Amino acid sequence: MCRSFRVLLGLFCPLIFFGLAGCEQEASPVSFANDIRPILGAKCMSCHGGVRQLGGLSFLFEEDMYKELRSEKMAVVPGKPEESEVYRRITSEREGLVMPPEGDRLNETEVELIRRWIAEGAAWEEHWAYVRPELPAIPAGAEHPVDAFVGKTLLAKGLSAAPAAAPTTLIRRLYLDLIGLPPSPEVSRAFADNPTEEAYQQVIDELLASEHFGERWASFWLDLARYADSQGYQKDHIRKTMFLYRDWVIEAFNQDMPIDSFTLRQLAGDLFPAPTGQDLLATAFHRNTMTNDEGGTDDEEFRVKAVMDRANVTMEVWQGSTFSCVQCHSHPYDPVRHEEYYAVKGYFNNTADADLTSDEPKLPLQSAARLRELAGLERALQDDTLSRARVAELEAAIAAFRPLPVPVMQDLLPDSSRINRLFVRGNWLMEADTIEPAPPTTFDKTGKTFPPNRLGLAQWLVDEGNPMTGRVLVNRVWEQLFGRGIVKTLEDFGVQGEKPTHPELLDWLAINFTQAQNWRLKSLLRTIVSSQTYRQSSSADFVQLALDPDNRWLARGPRFRLSAEQIRDQALVVSGLFNPKVYGPSVMPHQPEGVWNVIRHVARWKTSPDGQNHRRGLYTFYRRASPYPTMLLFDAPSRELCVSRRIRTNTPLQAMVTLNDPVFVEAAEALAAGAMEAHNSKVEDQIAYAFERATASPPDDFQSARLQELYALNLAEFQAIDSLPNSPELAAMETVCRAILNLDEVLVKR
Amino acid sequence: MTSLDHEFFRRQQAYLTRRQLFRSAAFGIGGMALGMLGCGKPEPPKDAISEAMKRALHLAPHAKRVIFLHMAGAPSQLELFDYKPELAKLDGQLCPDSFLKGKRFAFIRGVPEMLGPQFAFQQHGESRAWVSELLPEFSKQVDNVTFLKAVKTEEFNHAPAQLFMHTGGTQPGKPSFGSWVTYGLGTDNDDLPGFIVLVSGESQPSGGKSLWGSGFLPSNYQGVEFRSQGDPVLYVNNPEKVSRDVRRRTLDAIGDLNRREYEEVGDPNVLSRIEQYELSFRMQMTVPEATDVSQEPDYIHELYGTKPGENAFANNCLLARRLAERGVRFIQLYHRGWDSHGSNDFENLHGGFKARCREIDRPMSALLTDLKQRGMLEDTLLVWGGEFGRTPMQENRGGKTNPFKGRDHHGEAFTMWMAGGGLRPGYTHGATDEFGYYPTEGAVHIHDLQATIFHQLGVDHTRLTYPFQGRDFRLTDVHGEVVREVLG
Repeated sequence: MCRSFRVLLGLFCPLIFFGLAGCEQEASPVSFANDIRPILGAKCMSCHGGVRQLGGLSFLFEEDMYKELRSEKMAVVPGKPEESEVYRRITSEREGLVMPPEGDRLNETEVELIRRWIAEGAAWEEHWAYVRPELPAIPAGAEHPVDAFVGKTLLAKGLSAAPAAAPTTLIRRLYLDLIGLPPSPEVSRAFADNPTEEAYQQVIDELLASEHFGERWASFWLDLARYADSQGYQKDHIRKTMFLYRDWVIEAFNQDMPIDSFTLRQLAGDLFPAPTGQDLLATAFHRNTMTNDEGGTDDEEFRVKAVMDRANVTMEVWQGSTFSCVQCHSHPYDPVRHEEYYAVKGYFNNTADADLTSDEPKLPLQSAARLRELAGLERALQDDTLSRARVAELEAAIAAFRPLPVPVMQDLLPDSSRINRLFVRGNWLMEADTIEPAPPTTFDKTGKTFPPNRLGLAQWLVDEGNPMTGRVLVNRVWEQLFGRGIVKTLEDFGVQGEKPTHPELLDWLAINFTQAQNWRLKSLLRTIVSSQTYRQSSSADFVQLALDPDNRWLARGPRFRLSAEQIRDQALVVSGLFNPKVYGPSVMPHQPEGVWNVIRHVARWKTSPDGQNHRRGLYTFYRRASPYPTMLLFDAPSRELCVSRRIRTNTPLQAMVTLNDPVFVEAAEALAAGAMEAHNSKVEDQIAYAFERATASPPDDFQSARLQELYALNLAEFQAIDSLPNSPELAAMETVCRAILNLDEVLVKR
Repeated sequence: MTSLDHEFFRRQQAYLTRRQLFRSAAFGIGGMALGMLGCGKPEPPKDAISEAMKRALHLAPHAKRVIFLHMAGAPSQLELFDYKPELAKLDGQLCPDSFLKGKRFAFIRGVPEMLGPQFAFQQHGESRAWVSELLPEFSKQVDNVTFLKAVKTEEFNHAPAQLFMHTGGTQPGKPSFGSWVTYGLGTDNDDLPGFIVLVSGESQPSGGKSLWGSGFLPSNYQGVEFRSQGDPVLYVNNPEKVSRDVRRRTLDAIGDLNRREYEEVGDPNVLSRIEQYELSFRMQMTVPEATDVSQEPDYIHELYGTKPGENAFANNCLLARRLAERGVRFIQLYHRGWDSHGSNDFENLHGGFKARCREIDRPMSALLTDLKQRGMLEDTLLVWGGEFGRTPMQENRGGKTNPFKGRDHHGEAFTMWMAGGGLRPGYTHGATDEFGYYPTEGAVHIHDLQATIFHQLGVDHTRLTYPFQGRDFRLTDVHGEVVREVLG
């Protein structure tokens, strides 16, 4: 009854609302940002934008649009469409005059919008993302602000929220989202028995306090930081100590370091008045750029590439802006001038690193995790009753924990500073004017002046007057949970990016995060996962799929495939093979012979000893010229460039991994052995055990029966084989466990 | 209808079907349609793909597939195809200033000596093309081949130049040629990957696996390396103890449970997953079958000079033909060891370089013969070349004299050849000056080469784009002109 009501509502409401929207449009004035700029972007800006300003006309900047054209005419005369060259050209019938000269003409609606916009006064309006957010009023109708904003949009779209997910489903979702690992059956049962708000909040508390929390969110951050254990390019030398930066990231998330501070440290920890070792370690963020040690390469050329990468990555990560196009010319679609790119580059142009094989400058540093381990060993050494052998052992262990040289950011001294120049068409050999570091004008709404160095840039990024940073960051976090950002193009909040589906929600989250929550990620996550929106069932009925196939409007919960790391980690946890050790150097789990045939053979893939090869995917050695193959197959990037969004794919090669890769083979074996140990007689119980470990819910009758059938059929085959290493029962149970680990409901978060 | 007319027709049909399915994607069943593309299915962005398809199919195709023989390390054009008798006269003399002024080199410092051609040249075939004595078998093929004598690149370091050739950009992280092609055209055989990579030589090429990475395209378009040791495709073989029957039954159970899941949750991606598992089962048959060159008759082994089981360029040439027959869209070969600086015997024009020539001469010629005798040369485009060329000067790293004959990297002008796929056979395009230093006519930039290959595949290179970071990217960036002169 309830479900069919939803269906009916879904079918009829859009008609009602479309009707209303139609009436409304007549009355409201035309908006430059919402109605006109998209038309100009699609049909005009490739000739009248940042790259080209044919006839002296560009639609990117306010001052350019209203100025006199080369023909001495005016493109736009407010209030007078007939005198505006723009309107005359788009309506012209004359060959050579009509615009655009090639491609599709503007349709009638578009022409009429432009006419009305000019007639109404041709007011300029800034792109939404460059306008400082204001705290929106929370709509009535829901207790939780997230639900209030989402509910308002659902109503407008003729959709209604889905019921809450089953407790076991919800608890698995929460575990995977907050710590990236699945819950044990005990945890999911306990919650299923007592699915109260209090119990839910308690699980949130536990997960936010878990050390695995930092690992899960480090996985997210390291794609942005383009973290790897090698230098990249031809020789792709190993970076043995970058893992200390990864330790730093995990620690920062675990300590819930406010993200403004997290930002300042990574971009400019070395410029603090009295930087700690941890502040210096954080600056390795921008030393994750590639180093090219190929013979015959010009170090300055690749130093410049690294510097530009730092500028691009900074603007992408914190400003959601696509800056790399501005290297060669003004931005084609966004209001950023060519010179402004080099002003941002200037912040990074003065560091001492210079594409050296050694990765100098480096400093001997420790991560907090290593310091803790060291302190433990030193405490142990205090014990007077230790044998001489034990003392020697401890002293050796302590020696192994010496500080390690980590590549860091370090500015050149004033007398050897570089002069920052513009490169003509992005060519580093063609230097032009000197340019002082400065933020791009359009993005700069702070009204303040910051020091012209990296620290100043970082302060500007996290200043409350910066319109982008809060929105961009909360949007990234939202995407991690829902599989899709409120702004879908996480990396592009510019004119060509997608508009937010829930602009008020985005602004509310951003302001709440940067002010009330004091930039604390754990608080932000608690807010989101406490909403009913997050807790919805992810099942979709036919009508809902038809109305919203991509779940833009959030009338159901998220459902998408786990990440490369999570697929691996989950199999290890479910099977009991998991090594929960947090922090430390990268490890080398099993990898087939011959995959690592990189140019220089000096570094070999050496499978880590038992236990170490069952660490989380986050710790798998990342070599850029030859990344771990199963990571790539599940859409992890090669970490050469910053990647905001992994595009999820679904391929037969992925099926081969989870069916045949030794780590998944081992997982099925261990799960089967565990099931048989737990329930030594009844196959049905063994299957239920394995199923519940993998899915957090016990199997229903259909699932149980179908898997028992598989067991029986395969058992018959194994019983006919003489040379099995183990019992036929174990072999058959392994095939059942392999099937379970390959079920869609296991491979996805739902 | 010729086979190419048929191809065009098929693509239009496929496009129309896809477009309908894309439309119906709004009703929740469209997810299945994408299985046809590349290898497997990307989830988002659906709109971008249908748009790419629409744009990509504007031209009538002349080739259905590409076999790209990349000679990693950059062979010397002056020892193989670009015959320069005038250079011989300057041998041992100091390089004129005009060659050095304002130039950057990878290794040459100060004033190097000129180095004359190290091997004898002869003209061959009706086309009277010059080929050196190092390629006796290939010399018989010149009338099947189109030479580009003045190819030009912007990079003179290996990794960036290889990336430039294969991704159109100089930094890692861009989609490779094969990824673009399978993204635009899909594949003819769903049971094999659409983009397959075969590597021979001592290690992978300098550009690393990024050379066949999918960059910002969905990862199902990445090149799949067919390996010469272990599983031909990673994890294609069942674990020990798992027979094909056991696997079949396991997949049946997974399929049944997943279908039930679909009925309950309605997510079309579940159906797609069922399909991908079935595809993996079929690939477990098709991959070993396709890669088993031992099935070939003796005369074919004789032709290519292959010994089954070897990691050799010859085996990869034969394998390339087998994959081409099976409808694989883009087959990328890499053969390493061409970096002939003269600094050691491996990099000696009279040592390692000569050995490389022996390794490739017979197999690449056999590939031409074999494709031709099977009628496949007309719709298969073969491309051969390094990432740049070599200088007419002897390399003198650090201003010192190298112990062996060798040349430095040179991007201004070098030779590549193409064959089949509707090009003008027996034609030579472009020329260099009397020392082989600069182009004098018919310069072809890497982006032009890429545009031309796309053109033969029926793709307008300016229209096959993908939105990333706020703009539409394409293989040829904002450049590239189709080289009309070489079209048949």
